[in-house]
Amino acid sequence: MTAPTGQTLTTTVAVARARSRRRSYRPRRAILGATGILIFLLLWEGASRFGLADPRYLPPPTEVIPRLFQVLAIGDFWVAVGQTIGAWALGLAIALILAVILGVVIGLSPFLRRFTNSTVEFLRPVPSVALIPLAVLLFGLRIEASLLLIVYAAFWQIFIQVLYGVADVDTVAMATGRSYGFSKWQRIRDIVFPTALPYLMTGLRLAAAVALILAITAQLIIGTPGLGAEILKAQNGGQYATMYALMLATGFLGILINMGARILERATLSWHQSVRGEATA
Amino acid sequence: MRKALSWLGFTFGLPVILIFLWWLATTISPSFFFPPPGEILVTFFETWFGPRLWLDVLPSILRFGIGVIIAMVLGVVIGVIVGLNRDLRALTEPTFEFFRALPAPVLIPPLLLLIGPNDAMKIFIIVLAAIWPVLLNTVEGVRAADSVQNETSRSYGIHGFSRVRYQVLPGAAPQIMAGIRQCLPIGLILMVISEMFNTTAGLGFAIIQFQRTFAIPEMWSGILVLGLLGYGVAVVFRFFERRVLRWYHGLKDLENAS
Repeated sequence: MTAPTGQTLTTTVAVARARSRRRSYRPRRAILGATGILIFLLLWEGASRFGLADPRYLPPPTEVIPRLFQVLAIGDFWVAVGQTIGAWALGLAIALILAVILGVVIGLSPFLRRFTNSTVEFLRPVPSVALIPLAVLLFGLRIEASLLLIVYAAFWQIFIQVLYGVADVDTVAMATGRSYGFSKWQRIRDIVFPTALPYLMTGLRLAAAVALILAITAQLIIGTPGLGAEILKAQNGGQYATMYALMLATGFLGILINMGARILERATLSWHQSVRGEATA
Repeated sequence: MRKALSWLGFTFGLPVILIFLWWLATTISPSFFFPPPGEILVTFFETWFGPRLWLDVLPSILRFGIGVIIAMVLGVVIGVIVGLNRDLRALTEPTFEFFRALPAPVLIPPLLLLIGPNDAMKIFIIVLAAIWPVLLNTVEGVRAADSVQNETSRSYGIHGFSRVRYQVLPGAAPQIMAGIRQCLPIGLILMVISEMFNTTAGLGFAIIQFQRTFAIPEMWSGILVLGLLGYGVAVVFRFFERRVLRWYHGLKDLENAS
């Protein structure tokens, strides 16, 4: 982006100075972050060692972290990770396709938007875990049970954002496209899609996190295979250190998914002002 | 009159069509798993407007309410403290990010062991899950405070509590509300599933119990109750948000108009 009107030399200097201040703070920031993690681990260790919590039920990190490395060497663990990621990815993909198609079709028609509004507003806040009994009845322990919950939860996150995005399309751009003889498909591809993409990416990022929560929930409660089911198994077997190690693993999986979503957002929107602006100012 | 009719049509058109289709499908080919809508409605009133209202529904709602209110208050307080201090922010960021990324339901098995299957544990798990969106959004909102406002506060000698009250909190309010909007559905999810482990009461327990005993219409009526609850929470939030952010929406409208 070129300098907006009214930007003076002073602001340019101030921006440069702020940027160099940020850069010089970076090593200190990393050290402080590592210290924070260390403090957390020490508190955990202390709570377990000095009997703040029952040490049987809260093994110290010096026991859990080595256990995590042992768990990482077991093939079954990676099978469970694969099952969790598989259900997550498949559910998210189905939700994405449904939400984009329905979002664009409904978003482009003012009639459909008004017609579906009350239904959408009612169905959207329904907690997807309410569908757990239905999922069990229909699918038992099969992966479809997880998928029903994941798709329901992820769909609304993306769908609503696509609706907002399509509503945000510039009417002048649409009219220009029409007078230049763009076909309906061209208008969707070249005008609607780029406008809605940032919204879609926000929805996808939120949906990715929610989908993981639902994937783990289904495994914990219904018992569909995956990390959640392994955690429950460890708890029932009294292997509490393993249970905590698996919890740490799900946390890291969550971080990976968050990071992946953010990278994808930056990569697909590198042309967009919100991303470019951050990089230059 | 015409306006009212069209509003009526648009609001109830699709729901009526959908319910009619459901009814048609269950009449043409009756299914054990999908009872007709009339039956669900009758069961809904029979099941929930009785002792269950006091034993299952209200305690669940109460736990949800207490949990999310604690999460909001703690989230905003800690968020403001952390957000105002750059070193504190750097110190806590990786740890907070981990807890935000951790899918909260995995905390239920250890908390069952440590606290036991009681109300305190159920409220605690709601707090533990719902606090992160509020906390991290508050930190972000406070951090991104307008630098001109910061300097104005400083030159007018507005410090400490009054600066938080009159500059920091209003400035961060839109972002805090975004965090609260995200925390409510998470709290609701945890309310339901915390009642699915080792308990004998609550909405989550009730619907699982219906499913296990194959009380299908009752199960559907339970799903309906949870749906209504989710919808109710969304409506209350929207009302609350409009009041708190009235000035903000007004400002946005002005900016968009110019």
